[in-house]
Amino acid sequence: MAERRSARNEASDSDADAHGSLGRYVLGLGLAVALTLASFWVAGTHAIWMPGIPVLLAVLAIAQMGVHLVFFLNISSGPDQTNNVLALAFGIFVVGLVVFGSMIIMANLNANMLSMPQLLQLQR
Amino acid sequence: MNAANPTASGDLAREEIPLSKRGPASTRIVVGFGFWLFLLSDIVIFATLFAAYAVLSGQTAGGPAGIELFDRSHVLIETSCLLASSFTCGLCLLASERRNRAATYLWAAVTFLLGASFIALELTEFVRLTNAGDGPTRSAFLSAFFSLVGTHGLHVTLGLGWLLVMMAQVATLGFLPMVKRRLYCFALFWHALDIVWIGVFTIVYLGAR
Repeated sequence: MAERRSARNEASDSDADAHGSLGRYVLGLGLAVALTLASFWVAGTHAIWMPGIPVLLAVLAIAQMGVHLVFFLNISSGPDQTNNVLALAFGIFVVGLVVFGSMIIMANLNANMLSMPQLLQLQR
Repeated sequence: MNAANPTASGDLAREEIPLSKRGPASTRIVVGFGFWLFLLSDIVIFATLFAAYAVLSGQTAGGPAGIELFDRSHVLIETSCLLASSFTCGLCLLASERRNRAATYLWAAVTFLLGASFIALELTEFVRLTNAGDGPTRSAFLSAFFSLVGTHGLHVTLGLGWLLVMMAQVATLGFLPMVKRRLYCFALFWHALDIVWIGVFTIVYLGAR
């Protein structure tokens, strides 16, 4: 049993597939470069309806993060990756909660805050 | 089982034995998972800084707004450096898998140079802003900007130090499984920093209004 386990350890330590391959990195680099250039073009162009630009930038950024996760960090749906994917899902949940939660709460406080003349009137 | 070919028997075992009866995962998978948890908690730190930036980005206290301060072509060069270094870092990992010493050193050197150029460009921008009187003390917006971008730059700097340590280990210890696992963790760290940078250049530099 121990022998078989050490054989498995060595097998997966020398398993080049687990670290991706040259083709995967090249494909990932190509996609990332295309998405980066698209982001910079979108930010500087007047060819797109102005209010749509932030949405398009967000879509491009999320797509590029996905490309990095899949092609560079090699996150996949394989059986060895179940825990990694679950941890990633929890990480995204916490990040979303922190960022959007803070933004909503601060915008709400800002909207409900009395203006300075009103505050001074209350203190009188 | 075919004892003469451990890789083939390993693959066979992986397919036939159900997940619950396979025993502990290999060290590389356990180490990768542990380091992945660290990276996610690091990304949560960045999320708090992003939240602070999103809340404070309009609070310029009468000072300059982002759109007047940032130079997009400068940021594009920074982004190219970091993206290219992420790619060469992957090539360095592949070279270490093949136990090719020369290629490992070459790609590690290229990764180091690209990372160092990124840091140099970022410092140039920080010095330019501070000299013009737009340092972190100017407004809440600039405090949030310097905290977020500075924390990322600090991570990249520490990563450069880690890369030097890894090359010293390859030189002295050779390609031990332990050293290869550490190189793998370094590559994960470097790629994760690139993911954070995507958020930085999209929200801070391109999203500046």
